[in-house]
Amino acid sequence: MPTFTQIGSAVVVGSGGQATISFTTIPSTYTDLVIKISARTNLGSSVVDGLGVSFNTGGTYTVRRLYGAGSGTPASDTTNSAPFTTASTATASTFGNAEIYIPNYAGSTAKSFSVDGVSENNATAAYAGLMAGLWSGTAAITQINLTSGSAANFVEHTTAYLYGVSNA
Amino acid sequence: MPNPTRIEVNCTTGEVLEIELTDAEVAELAYQAELAADAKAEDDRIAAERAVAKAALLERLGITADEAALLLG
Repeated sequence: MPTFTQIGSAVVVGSGGQATISFTTIPSTYTDLVIKISARTNLGSSVVDGLGVSFNTGGTYTVRRLYGAGSGTPASDTTNSAPFTTASTATASTFGNAEIYIPNYAGSTAKSFSVDGVSENNATAAYAGLMAGLWSGTAAITQINLTSGSAANFVEHTTAYLYGVSNA
Repeated sequence: MPNPTRIEVNCTTGEVLEIELTDAEVAELAYQAELAADAKAEDDRIAAERAVAKAALLERLGITADEAALLLG
């Protein structure tokens, strides 16, 4: 039976905000990794922001994301910015949330990952989406960086947790 | 004014550090923000063009958007 073990410490962003959240020196002792994040950014004039995901350093990312915006036809593109976190003009004090799943993160081939996320907004414009990606790096993933897709800052009370999955 | 910071969790020691970004990292963030803004502006421009083209087509056909949806449903 798979078990989830929290790795490192929970991240809770303080009043100054943070540009980047990094989990470093990740041990290779698990099968898969999962990140759960509840986030809002200070991106101006927008109800939604992306969630940038990167591993270690270097390599290339090939992704496909699908998302709905609350109205209109759902869209698809290749931007490595997972759907979605909530941004500054969305309903106050609401946070988007996402789960990032990284199977076989310690393997010696390119790494796949997937993201399932939603923004929050008490209005029509609220986003939900999925993203599947492939990172070309062949080294074990030892560092994960989370950023705003628009280079904004995560605001206070944004939280992130990293879990190792055993026997997945 | 100090640079923005990043938070770093060392998953082996459990240590949590708050580190000020270097000037190079700030410049990279600004560049990424510019790229993101350009991409959003392009998406908005395409969406606006599609909306105008759709309205023009509906007007030529003499039907409403709801009626068009009925036809396509």
